[in-house]
Amino acid sequence: MTCWIGGVAVQGSGLPGWAASQPVLAGAAPWTPTEVVPPPPALLPPTERRRTSPAVRMALAAAAEATAGIADRAALETVFASGNGDGAVVGGILEALHDPSGIAISPTQFHNSVHNAAAGYWHIAVGSIAPSVSLGGHDGSFAAGLLAAVTAVAARGRPVLLCAYDLPLPAPLAAVRPTGAPFATALVLRSAPEAGVLAALDLRYRAEPAPTAPPGDALDALAIENPAARALPLLRALAARQLARLHLPLTPDSHLLVKVAPC
Amino acid sequence: MPDRSLWPLSLSACTTVTALGAGIAPLRAALHARQGGLRPSDFPGGPEDIWVGRVPGLEAVELPPELAGFACRNNRLAELALRSDGFAEAVAAARERHGAARIAVVLGTSTAGIEETEQAYRGRSADGALPASFDYARTHDLQSLPLFVRARLGLRGPAFAVSTACTSGARAMLDGAALIAAGLADAVVAGGVDSLCRLTLHGFGSLELLSRNRPTRPCAADRDGISIGEAAGLVLLQRPKDAPAGAPLLLGGGASSDGHHMSSPHPEGLGAVTAMRAALEAAGLGPEAVDYVNLHGTGTRANDAMEDRAVHHLFGDRTPCSSTKGWTGHALGASGAVEAVIAALCIEDGLVPGCLGVEALDPEFRSAVATANAARPVRRVASNSFGFGGSNCCLVIGQAA
Repeated sequence: MTCWIGGVAVQGSGLPGWAASQPVLAGAAPWTPTEVVPPPPALLPPTERRRTSPAVRMALAAAAEATAGIADRAALETVFASGNGDGAVVGGILEALHDPSGIAISPTQFHNSVHNAAAGYWHIAVGSIAPSVSLGGHDGSFAAGLLAAVTAVAARGRPVLLCAYDLPLPAPLAAVRPTGAPFATALVLRSAPEAGVLAALDLRYRAEPAPTAPPGDALDALAIENPAARALPLLRALAARQLARLHLPLTPDSHLLVKVAPC
Repeated sequence: MPDRSLWPLSLSACTTVTALGAGIAPLRAALHARQGGLRPSDFPGGPEDIWVGRVPGLEAVELPPELAGFACRNNRLAELALRSDGFAEAVAAARERHGAARIAVVLGTSTAGIEETEQAYRGRSADGALPASFDYARTHDLQSLPLFVRARLGLRGPAFAVSTACTSGARAMLDGAALIAAGLADAVVAGGVDSLCRLTLHGFGSLELLSRNRPTRPCAADRDGISIGEAAGLVLLQRPKDAPAGAPLLLGGGASSDGHHMSSPHPEGLGAVTAMRAALEAAGLGPEAVDYVNLHGTGTRANDAMEDRAVHHLFGDRTPCSSTKGWTGHALGASGAVEAVIAALCIEDGLVPGCLGVEALDPEFRSAVATANAARPVRRVASNSFGFGGSNCCLVIGQAA
């Protein structure tokens, strides 16, 4: 399956947006970790904006950046992928359910706990009635999102916005599911090489484990600590405008073979 | 552009586990006899004045020993479904034919094995740590469900979890269909599994959306909310040429977003109408070709009123419609898959099951809501699912025009 990448975004430690991060991702500038502070989503009305969690803010920042140059972004179908979802919200509810003084769950927290909360806020933000799916796949979440998004482009011929995001979980879940610093990325995938596309992307499924290699540098290490950051090899190929052949693990015993060719 | 290249697909095998029991047979008998599966809740740690659709005997179900690490309420429910209606055997036959790597698993769930996490929270040590026995990846994580089912069926194709709240089980079929259309799979195990947990029971309670002291009464004038259920609904999607003759067809599916509010539907049902239209367009059918609409019909004031407007807008007052959640409860991320199986059953039996427990229909409703069973030819069913986050999905099941 082949599609074309027409927009890209990144939000993460030392990676504050695509334009600012491109030299770092291309290897032309050193990577320096920073604290990640997700911005309040300017696209949302203030009442909704106040209700957004860091996870939703990370996702919306990436989705907004990747679609900034698109006149009718409300028309884009969306795929949102996350391993941990909104773990802070889910963790908060789990705490509340086990509060010895009695159970009191915030209704807003409950509707924010659904895995498609970020997608819901995005479609509210841009006034979109386009179809949307939200996926989970543990460490393979970005790969699952890429698979579903490329498949949707191939099957239906319409452009798709893919957004992947993951944040660390609160205690005590953090101890059983360690996750690196907050990370979000987004791609706009198109069925044809329209003006302005960055690269062609070819994707195949392989029913065998991805070949493993020890991390080559700090960005490689960042990638394996956060499910959404597993997009980094793809983002680095895009930034460097290099041909690349990538193996993205989908499940422990399968992976996607992704070939990237700059346009 | 309609999604004609994706459709139709065959439902080569179907199964469901609901509060009525394991397999299609007890659900079929209950639908004909108009006997629901909801009971006063005895779910430990849940709200006490509600009714739920709890699967009998679920706690005693054991997973195969080599997959014991996946043990949690949700995967026990999946295991029960795999053992029912010859489902695992049908998948094995497809595996022999196409190869294990050519069969994908795309399953919907809203909470996966979070009931196991709740137990782990109760077992925290003095310093707050979760018990060492708690297996996050194989129970709590959304991927737990598709990876368990994939391993249990000996499959090696692509697998991921869909989690779009209460549309998950229906929406998974759309993403599964796309895998077949794009050439990544020859068959897909799709559907949804969701199990009772304190998070959803108390969560819906916090929104004051649960029916109190009585079972849910979708479309009734006095309806007061949801009865939560747990269920599994699984289908094996294949191209018709690969499927057994006479297998029901998934003629098309459509989805939309409300883009309106996180937990309240668009009051005029704009998103619902868009999803139903997209499904009909994908199937290449007009509304007149549909003989029965299986409503999302949760029993809340807002959902049922919105859905009545949306269904009336497209189907007028002639096409019978009803919710079957009075039998099963609202099985959240499994509901769309369970109701796809119910749609196939209604076609096979020539049955329109009228909503359960309705003494008086909401006088404001204008669509043709059925409140008693009717025996009549049903060639095609449109099945609706809507969810938090403004997620909408509609499936059209039945015979080609």
